[in-house]
Formats: sequence, structure tokens, C-alpha cells
Amino acid sequence: MNKPIRTVSIFFMLLFLALMLNATYYQFVAADSLDKRPENRRVKEAAYSSERGAILVGRTPIAQSKAVDDEFKFLRTYPDRGLYAPVTGYFSFGSSTGIESSQNKVLSGDDPRLFISNLVELLGNKPPKGGSVQLTLDPDAQRAAYKGLTALGDGVEGSVVAIEPKTGKILAMVSVPSFDPNRLATHDFAARDKLYQTLERDSSEPLLNRGIQKRLAPGSTFKLVTAAAALESGDYDGPDDIVPGGDTFQLPQTSGATGQIDNEGRSCPADGLTLRKAMEQSCNTTFAQLAIKVGSEGMLRQAEKFGFNSDYLEDLDGQVRSAFPSDLTPPEVGQTGIGQFEVQATPLQMAMVAGAIANDGVVMRPYIVDEVQQADYDAETTEPEELSRAISSETAKTLTDVLVSTVDEGTATPAQIEDVEVAGKTGTAQRGVAGKPPYGWFVSFAPAGDADVAVAVMIEEAPGQEIAGGRLGGPIAKAVMEAVLDK
Amino acid sequence: MATTPGNPSTLMGFVHRRRRGAELFLLVLALGVGVGGYAAVGLGVQGKVPPDIIGYGGWLAALMVGAHVVVRLVAPYADPVMLPVVAALNGLGLAVIHRIDLAEDHTFARQQLTWMTVGVILFAGTLLVLRDHRVLARFTYTFGLLAIVLLLMPILPGIGKNINGARIWIGVGPFSFQPGEVAKVLLVVAFAGYLVLHRDALALAGRRVLFVDLPRGRDLGPIVAMWLVSLGILVFQKDLGSSLLFFGLFLLMLYVATERPGWIIVGGVMFFAGATAAYRLFGHVRVRVDTWLHPFEYYRGPLGQNSDQLVEGLFGFAWGGLIGRGFGGGDPARTSYAESDFIMASIGEELGLTAVLAVLVLYGLLVERALRTAVISRDGFGKLMATGLAGIIALQVFVVIGGVTRLIPLTGLTTSFLSYGGSSLVASWVVVALLLRISDQARRPLPALEPVDEQAEANEATQLIKVSR
Repeated sequence: MNKPIRTVSIFFMLLFLALMLNATYYQFVAADSLDKRPENRRVKEAAYSSERGAILVGRTPIAQSKAVDDEFKFLRTYPDRGLYAPVTGYFSFGSSTGIESSQNKVLSGDDPRLFISNLVELLGNKPPKGGSVQLTLDPDAQRAAYKGLTALGDGVEGSVVAIEPKTGKILAMVSVPSFDPNRLATHDFAARDKLYQTLERDSSEPLLNRGIQKRLAPGSTFKLVTAAAALESGDYDGPDDIVPGGDTFQLPQTSGATGQIDNEGRSCPADGLTLRKAMEQSCNTTFAQLAIKVGSEGMLRQAEKFGFNSDYLEDLDGQVRSAFPSDLTPPEVGQTGIGQFEVQATPLQMAMVAGAIANDGVVMRPYIVDEVQQADYDAETTEPEELSRAISSETAKTLTDVLVSTVDEGTATPAQIEDVEVAGKTGTAQRGVAGKPPYGWFVSFAPAGDADVAVAVMIEEAPGQEIAGGRLGGPIAKAVMEAVLDK
Repeated sequence: MATTPGNPSTLMGFVHRRRRGAELFLLVLALGVGVGGYAAVGLGVQGKVPPDIIGYGGWLAALMVGAHVVVRLVAPYADPVMLPVVAALNGLGLAVIHRIDLAEDHTFARQQLTWMTVGVILFAGTLLVLRDHRVLARFTYTFGLLAIVLLLMPILPGIGKNINGARIWIGVGPFSFQPGEVAKVLLVVAFAGYLVLHRDALALAGRRVLFVDLPRGRDLGPIVAMWLVSLGILVFQKDLGSSLLFFGLFLLMLYVATERPGWIIVGGVMFFAGATAAYRLFGHVRVRVDTWLHPFEYYRGPLGQNSDQLVEGLFGFAWGGLIGRGFGGGDPARTSYAESDFIMASIGEELGLTAVLAVLVLYGLLVERALRTAVISRDGFGKLMATGLAGIIALQVFVVIGGVTRLIPLTGLTTSFLSYGGSSLVASWVVVALLLRISDQARRPLPALEPVDEQAEANEATQLIKVSR
């Protein structure tokens, strides 16, 4: 009987080998894909109950995990409530947004850059802790922007984005109305669901980060791009070159009032005026004609050099592309020259346009994660990166000169700062819907010669107030610039 | 080692040593698994070594040493590896059950320790009472009948209980018991006795069809009977696992007894015919197969037809990865029956692939030692019994672990020694006692030629020594 017993032994050995191979498949080969399955609440709950790293601004945490005595062990808290909410997003069971989502690997401790310190903690028999994410935000600038927007009253919808032109660091990113991420991170899931539905149904879109997720017609602030395109075309080369003007301008191939562009009462001589004057007075007739002269192709190329029609923000999810259309007819090009028709920009995009002019024509890639850290280890610091050269150094100088005049003498006077040379431009963009107030824009940078900060302010709704970019946005931009320059 | 060629007291010039010291040493290591595991659960889940660690460890040590002393006294030549392997598995099982207890607020580990104590006592009792396994051959038909009665008991109204869809329990007062666990040991003994007597008829008669020796039609009686019993268990008790186990065991032993692969082919055909028919006819079989093939489609499905347990178990295995989350680091209690049928998923989640492979190696070692005992056993009855007992362990491990790791459809069986469950644990300890008894006989040096062995006269099974060599 020994021969069949030996055969049976081999058979059993094969059975055990099959079990071992199968276990190896599920625990090693297929483990990752099983962990990621949407049904897998085990992994989600484990992630939800671990101590996540903090999100820091300066040395202050704006999001951190606090130990609590319930089944999830840790509660995510946001001390500043709505102030940083558009940036941090929220961390809730099964969903997260903003930095909480885009930097999840670091915060949860899964990032390979944290491997060494995780190993050290594992050997020390401590549960691995998430890494911290240090943001580039300037708390004073952030607060100034938030205060400025909310001070306009109830029902205000708007956004402020400030960047450091030389590096692309995002210094402020505010969106109003905001929400309280603490209430979405709560372990009371019923309350959270109810609140979430309310927030999502709210027509003022409080969950939106308007700084990067809302694109609107940029209006007159787009004249910076038009002027840049005109200067780059070689037809003009200085702030005092004469450009076309006129009280009204009939767009080509049109007739009647709908095709007519005017200057809303500002003085723009019909026989021409300097580029400086045209910018100071924000002459629509001038910039429509300049755009037509540059042409559809040239305008598109210039807009794209500034970052239109592309994704450039890697640190946060959900960035909306700013748009400049292609293959335009001459009347359409004329309208794009003053930031109307299908031109749309996010506040971040307009801050980048101002930033490029301030930075000698070079667009830096915007970033918001300054450093990834864990305990004693600084794992990685973000290096600034050049995105593109939008305009030549000369063009940048000319535009800076023109924009300084606009603040000193023209429409952008509300942004003046004592003893500091400020460059800026207002914008008031029609919505294309009759009877609705326009959007207010304001872009600026300072000090003009060697800028530390470039700001874009966008006001979408300001109930009870007549929206004008200069009057509403100017003081906010000024406050943000002062907050940065006071350092 | 005194191996004098030609010494009639040795077989092929080789004498096994007792190796009881080695057994004791391995038992100390096994105790380390049990006590260390218990301490690790306390540290991982509650942040401190459990205060009763001394009492707990002392109790485990007393059981181990007690078992060892009995083996040393009454089965000194028994295999030295099996007891430590079993002790390690049981100790690990206790720790994992304790871990699930802490998550679920049970006290299963305490009950399991009580059952383990009963198991070890029965283990010792079996070795003490049964000095020669061949005695069991006298009870072939008694055991066979008893096994059938035990298997039928749960169907009886009154004492039979339907738990989780399977009618395999009997309840008397507060106690419940799975008679099938005892029945399978009795059946192995009965099979062995029956087959030893009838192996010639089963082996020699038959005709050759296409290079395969097929058995005679009239000899098919027992296999058809066993096939019907297995189907009965499947249909009336809805117990896929036991059905598979009984039929597989019988087929295995039939093959070993007759040395004819033809039986495997006949049995295999009958198995597939039965399985296909069961799939077509019975909803509970179909559900098992469908959830096995498409587990994620049946996740969170309607009650009784979902794959939640299987899928959660797989998620546990995956989450454990190579080295596991550590005791307290995972969430094994999310899988239902994490302490019994799905204990391997709990081990996989918190101790990782390494521990899963280690457990499989331990089982493999146990099976290998049991089959080795069968090979060196000097009597056909012992060979068949050892093979059958090895088969119980191997098939059960394969069916359960294969089920929870989605290698084969999920069926309900316990993982011997690891899973929570009194009937299974006690029966498993008796299985080991029987194996050690056979092994002691097999490894014991042959007595010097004696004119008359008073026992051999009375026992016809011993006559077969000459036949089998």
C-alpha cells in the first residue's frame, strides 16, 4: 500500500502548494487592487482612523488630527474654519477635497518619500503617522483678502489669489462664501450628510474654490494680454507709442448698436492716444482695434503663453482651464481684446498674467505645497519651476510702466500704497445676461520694479453694491499687497 | 544507534529513536507561539500585556507538559513532531480567537481553552486506554453504524438544530455539539477495517477498459453507498464541506487499499455527476458557486445570497499584505465568523502572508508526518487509518482555506485546531492521539523473535503484516 500512499502525499503536497500560491496572489499580487476597490470599507475606515499629518501655514496648523474617544480615534479639525477651507478642502469619511485629497498620500503616510521615517517608527513600535504638508500661503495676506471680501457684505461671491511672481508661490487663495470643514469632517455622519446636501444645493456654491475652479470673463484686466500681444507683434515698442482711439468703434462686419464698442464715458481721442493713456482710461475702442490688428492667431498665441488653455497647477485637484477661443472672426477678436466674447479666466490665471509682467516676462508654475515634512525629517521642498516665457523683458518693462501710470493717474487709483510703486488694472466684465450686474476684477503687483506680490481680485456678486472692479476690488488688492510687503 | 545488520529486531537495519527530548524542546517553542501570541494580542489591542498572562501561560504549559508526559509514558516511540505542531496551531488559534473576542465582546477564547483542556484529556485518555490501535479493527461495523447514527442525529426533530442554514448541530440543554466531527473519525476507523478485509476482492476483480482497470459492478456497492450518504448530507443538512470531506476520504482510502487508480476515476466521475446535479437542483449550492465565481457582483446582495463574508475575508487578506497589520492593527471582526470558519482571514490580515504560509507549512508538516506514519506502519489497518486521519486534516485544511481564499467555492468547515469550535477541537485532538498511537507502534523496534505472541493469536489483523511486506 506504500505506493498509493506516496501518490497521495504528492497529491496533498500539490493541494498545499495551490493554497500557498493562492494566498500569495491575494496578499501580494492582487493586494493593491483589492485595497482600492470602492466596496472596501476596511481600508477607508483604517485611513479614516489613522493620525493624519497636519496642513501647515507657517508654523501654524490649519488642519490637524485630534485624538478623540470614539471608534475612529482621530477627528480632523480646522481651527480657522472658513478662512482656508477652499484650499484645505475637507476630510470626510469616504471623500475628501482640496489639499486633503491631492496630498492624501503624504498626509496619510503612504507616500514613498516618507518610507525611511515610517520604517524608523515601525521599528520603534509606533504606528506610522502621516507626514505634514507645509503650504506657501502667507497667513496675513490670506486674512487680509478674506476680510476684504467678506466686508463687502452678505451674499458676496468672489475670490482673491495672490502669488509671488519670482517663484510662483501662491500667497493667498480665498473664496467667498466659504464653508466650515469641521462640520463636514464630523463623525456624526447623519449631520454631515444633511449639511453636505445643503451646501451642494446652495446656489452661491460655497464648496467651490473660486480661485481655480471658477472661470469668468476677465473684462478689462484682459487688456494686459492684448497690450502684450500688440507690443510683442513689433508694431509698438513703448508706453508712449500712439495707439488708435475713438469714442466708439464699430466692429468690422457689423452694423448698429450691438456691434458698437464704446468707452462708457471715458475720454479716448479719435485721432489716437498713447498706450499709457489708453490703459489709464481703459479705452475699449483702443484694445478692440489692437486685438483685431494682432489677429485671432496672435491673440491666441499670446494668451496661451500666459497659461490659457492649459493645466499648470499640480498641487490641487480640480483646476479649471482658463479659455481663449481659436479661429475667431474679426468682430470676435475685437471683443476678446477687451476680455469679452468667449474669453474666460480664473483668478489664479489673472494673477499669473500680472505676475509674468512683474517677473520680467517669465511665467512661473504656480504651487501651493512648499514642503513635505515628517517629524524630524524634511522629506522634500518644492523647487520653483519656469512654466514659459510669455513676453520679452522689454515688453514687460513697458507694460509695468503703463500699469504704474494706471494706478497713479488712471482707473486703478484705489490700489495706491504710500511710498510703494504699484502697478494695476481694473476690470468690469459684462455677463452677457441683460439686467444682471457685471463682474468686478482687479489685478495688480507691487513694488512695480521688483515685485514681491501679484494679486487678482474677482467679485462675482455683491448684492446692494454697484459692481466696479476698481472701487470694490482695488482696496482689497491693496490690503493684500500691504500684508505681504509689511514683512 | 545500534543497527546490527541481520538483527531480527530491526527492520531493514534501522531502529527509530524515541526522540522525546526533541518533542519537549519543540513543545517549548510551540508554547512560545501560544503565550507570545496571547501577550501580543494584549499589547496590540489594549496596549499592555494581559494581567492573566501567568495563569494563562501556566495553564497552556500544564496542558502541553501533561500531554508530553502521557506520550513519554505510554507511547515513547511516537513521532516527536506532531504534538508540538498541534500545540503551536492550537496556541495560535487561541490567541487569534482572543483577539476577535476583544473586538466583538465575546469570551470564546475562554471556552476554547476549556475545550482544549477536554481535548487534551481525551488525547491522554485515548493513548492510555488504547495501547494497540489494531483493537479498533474489531469495531469496524459498530463504528460504521455509530457514525451513520451520529450523522443522522441533526436531522431528528427535537435535538437537531439549524444554525446558519446548515443542519449539523444537536443541542442538549445549553450544550450543542456537531456529531459530524466525531463521525468522521469513526468513519475513518470503519473504512480502514472494512477495506483491510475486502481489499483483495476490491483490488483484483475487474476488467480493463482503455488501459484502466475498472472495478467490478458488484464491488461498486460500498462506493455507491458512500456517495449516497454524502449526497444525503449535502441535501438534507446543506453541509457542503462535510459532504465533500466524507466522499473524498472514502475515495482516498479505497485507492490506497486497492492500489487501483480506477477507483479514483469512477469516484471522480460520480463526484462531478453529483456536484453538477446539486448545482442544478439546489439553490444553496448554486449560491455558493455563483458567489465564488463573481464575488463582487454579489457583495451586499440580499441576505443568504451575498458574498459579503468571502469578499470581506479577501479584503482582510489584501489589507494584511506581506507582514500583516499586527494584532489590533486590522479589523478582522468585520468578516463574520472571523474566529471560526474565517480564522485564516484574521491571521492573514493581522499577521500577514508570512503567518499564513507558516500555518500552511505546519499543517503540511502534520500531514506529512501522518503519511510517513502510514508508510512505515507494519499493518494494513494502521496504514489505512493513518492515511485516513492524514486525509481528514489535509482535505479539511484544503477545503476551508481554499474556500476562504477563493481557490474553490466556500463551504463550511472548521480549520482543525485553529478555529473556534469545541466539537472540532476535541475530535482533532483524538485524531492526533490515534496518529501517535499508530506511529508509536510503527516506530517501536520489533520484539526479538518470540515463539508466540499471545495478542497476535487473537487479532486477525496482525496476520496481515506478512502480506503487506
